[in-house]
Amino acid sequence: MEKITVDAVLENLQTVIDFATEKLEERDCSMKIVMQTELVIEEIFVNIASYAYHPEIGPATFCMAFEENPHALLMTFIDGGKPYNPLEQEAPDTTLALEERDVGGLGIFLVKKNVDEISYEYADGKNILHMKKFF
Amino acid sequence: MEIKKEQNGSALTIKVIGRLDAGSAPELSKELTTALDGITDLTFDFAELKYIASAGLRVLLVAQKRMNKQGSMKLVNVSEAVLEVLDMTGFASLMTIA
Repeated sequence: MEKITVDAVLENLQTVIDFATEKLEERDCSMKIVMQTELVIEEIFVNIASYAYHPEIGPATFCMAFEENPHALLMTFIDGGKPYNPLEQEAPDTTLALEERDVGGLGIFLVKKNVDEISYEYADGKNILHMKKFF
Repeated sequence: MEIKKEQNGSALTIKVIGRLDAGSAPELSKELTTALDGITDLTFDFAELKYIASAGLRVLLVAQKRMNKQGSMKLVNVSEAVLEVLDMTGFASLMTIA
């Protein structure tokens, strides 16, 4: 398991993405898997940066590991901000007409679409989000 | 992200180059606030757009809602990666993709 801890601010998004993509590319993951993973990391990290500690700033930790047979990527986000279970957020209705479409909820919706397993726990004062993506 | 604009009367083409993510989406949003004044025909050229996240989708949604009131909007040269995200979120069926 490799991990990186940064201040949860938007300016550090690219640092976390680069940390992950470097490891995916070492494993010759397809561009599609890399892009989907970037999307997952961005949406979760931006959520933490925007809400977890607001208006203060606090740390976010991103961990990743690989499993073989079948190939899977394990990702975990940990923050010590306000308790928040993103999985409880209502999914946007993607069948609505344009005028009724809202701009909220899209981020976590994209996360769910791009991972195979996702679970949330609140432990020791921390939000912990586990994800698994087969590739 | 880089933005290139080409205006011809009330027709405007906006080329978005690079990544439309949470870091860059506010810049495009700000640009559109004034750039769309008087525009009836808006084209986003995504030939060199490699990546889009929800922050970028929000900007497109706001632009589409505005253009529905004052004209039309279309997306051209959409890459497979970006199209996948538009499809997943149902945006592909809300927008004109040429």
